[in-house]
Amino acid sequence: MELFINQVLAGIATGAIYACMALAVVMIYQAIDHLNFAQGEMAMFSTFIAWQLMQWGVPYWWAFLLTLAFSFAGGIAIERLLFKPLAKAPVLTNVAGFIALFAIVNSIAGLTWDFTIKQFPTPFGSSPFLGSQLISTHQAGMIGVTLGLLILLYLFFQFTRIGLAMRAAASLPESARLVGINTSWMIALGWGMASAIGAIAGILIAPVVFLEPNMMGGVLIYGFAAAVLGGLTSPLGAVVGGFLVGVFENIAGTYIPGVGNELKLPIALALIITVLVLKPAGLFGRPIVKRV
Amino acid sequence: MSAIEEVATEAPAVEAVPKRAMTLGFGTSLVVLGLLVIAPLFVKNFIVFQLTMLLIYALAVLALNILTGGSGQFSLGQSAFYAVGAYTSAILMEHVGMNYALTLPIAGIICFAFGFLFGQPALRLSGIYLALATFALAVAMPQLLKLGVFEHWTGGVQGLVVTKPDAPFGLPISQDRWLYYFTLVVTIGIYIASVNLLRSRSGRAFMAIRDNEIAASAMGVDVALYKTLAFGVSAGITGVAGGLGAIAVQFVAPDGYTITLAISLFLGIVVGLVEQLPASIVGSAFIIFVPNIAEGISKGLSGAVFGVLLFLVIFLVPHGARQVAIVAQQLIGKLKKN
Repeated sequence: MELFINQVLAGIATGAIYACMALAVVMIYQAIDHLNFAQGEMAMFSTFIAWQLMQWGVPYWWAFLLTLAFSFAGGIAIERLLFKPLAKAPVLTNVAGFIALFAIVNSIAGLTWDFTIKQFPTPFGSSPFLGSQLISTHQAGMIGVTLGLLILLYLFFQFTRIGLAMRAAASLPESARLVGINTSWMIALGWGMASAIGAIAGILIAPVVFLEPNMMGGVLIYGFAAAVLGGLTSPLGAVVGGFLVGVFENIAGTYIPGVGNELKLPIALALIITVLVLKPAGLFGRPIVKRV
Repeated sequence: MSAIEEVATEAPAVEAVPKRAMTLGFGTSLVVLGLLVIAPLFVKNFIVFQLTMLLIYALAVLALNILTGGSGQFSLGQSAFYAVGAYTSAILMEHVGMNYALTLPIAGIICFAFGFLFGQPALRLSGIYLALATFALAVAMPQLLKLGVFEHWTGGVQGLVVTKPDAPFGLPISQDRWLYYFTLVVTIGIYIASVNLLRSRSGRAFMAIRDNEIAASAMGVDVALYKTLAFGVSAGITGVAGGLGAIAVQFVAPDGYTITLAISLFLGIVVGLVEQLPASIVGSAFIIFVPNIAEGISKGLSGAVFGVLLFLVIFLVPHGARQVAIVAQQLIGKLKKN
């Protein structure tokens, strides 16, 4: 029983990473109806910016805020320059665009900061949390930040004019335009916010997985799994999905014989396919009804 | 909050083509064929090997073209089928001692079955969801190949070394050239079969599903059957390409079949234009040569150069090779008038 509780706790701790990433994935999906395959790389790049600022002697929280501002602006710039012209293009072209963006960002980061692993500081410290060996204060802080972010997003989307406008633009663009919402800029705003959330995720994850240009590869796949499990249309679902994937992965690794570490990744992927087949809308998502 | 989405506002997976057949004219085909036959006689063995790989990837891109261009479904998971084909050929040759040519149809059949089965769950998905599910398949495949259970057959992480076949009947040509011509014959055979497939009843059913699934089912097309069939055929051809690839490279290992390969093949159809089969070879050339060119321009930034080139293709020629052909035709037409 103790083993079980420990595994669940450890799962929740890693789940927080996936939850952060899934939140960013869902944000962009809400805005543009596509999964951004370059999301992880954008987050990695933001994290490097934060690291560079700290190397130059900027205090942690200032670096954090500056990075968020930079990522927000960067997300909007990428949308305006590269993806706005592709808005009406087929899905195929868009996916190719994301792959191109992935290659560009990864390569530039590799050239600027090279591929050696870097330590990233944490503001929460890394001592054991409440006497538990499994969750450090950093991981507890990470869970706290993720939940805080979720509440902020909820408030933003439910109670602000601009949040309402963004939801309208995402669900019925034509009608939203008719009531005077600038849907094109709502999409740009979605990119900016997704990019900023990705930056937060990157900064929180970096102390755990260490900083290097390929740090996001695995995390992004788990992020996708979490987002799909929770439902691509629901931020709450993304966070719950993240924790569930973390716990599921740990428990499967411990109790199912023959799984171990080498099959952890295929398990997450099998989870994606199973959820897509059995309940395509995910646990919390709205099923999409199409009018023919 | 209404959850109704108008179909009309949704961008289609691929744009429909007005032209019914996805092929070149007879004369052009003969010229291309002539070039492919003569080319290897004048170059070094290494370039012959590259040309062989060009044909093999063209075959894999062709397979994806049938799936995406033909039936409108996506796949970021072609590397998984390619890997299964490669391993089938390698294991049959090395463990069973079978002739290399005989392993290819078996690789094709096994991959057809695999693709057909994978097509079952994929039936319920479309667009970005299908991309994600197939992406998951591609990422999982190298891990599955490394599994200890299969290590006796697959050689685990180390992979398998495959012996290169000699030219038969004592023909006085090098192994590389023989393999090139062998690949060429297989490729042309599959190409002709694919063209015929797309012109047949099944091909028209694929295209009807691509253009409008609901209308197709109203016309009596068995949507589920044809969608899975498209997956199976595509996987089968990819499997043959994988088998050929294993023979040409003389080596199979899990890390040769990562998601990068799947992405390359996917980019191959984006560049080589979705709906035309002969353009597969343009896409194949892009995925083989452009990374090399990018590396030549800047070693450290090769990824960035590659990405920029890809964006250029997307923005300047969003319809791929077909657009270039149409513009060229119009130019020639103008010149004739003058």
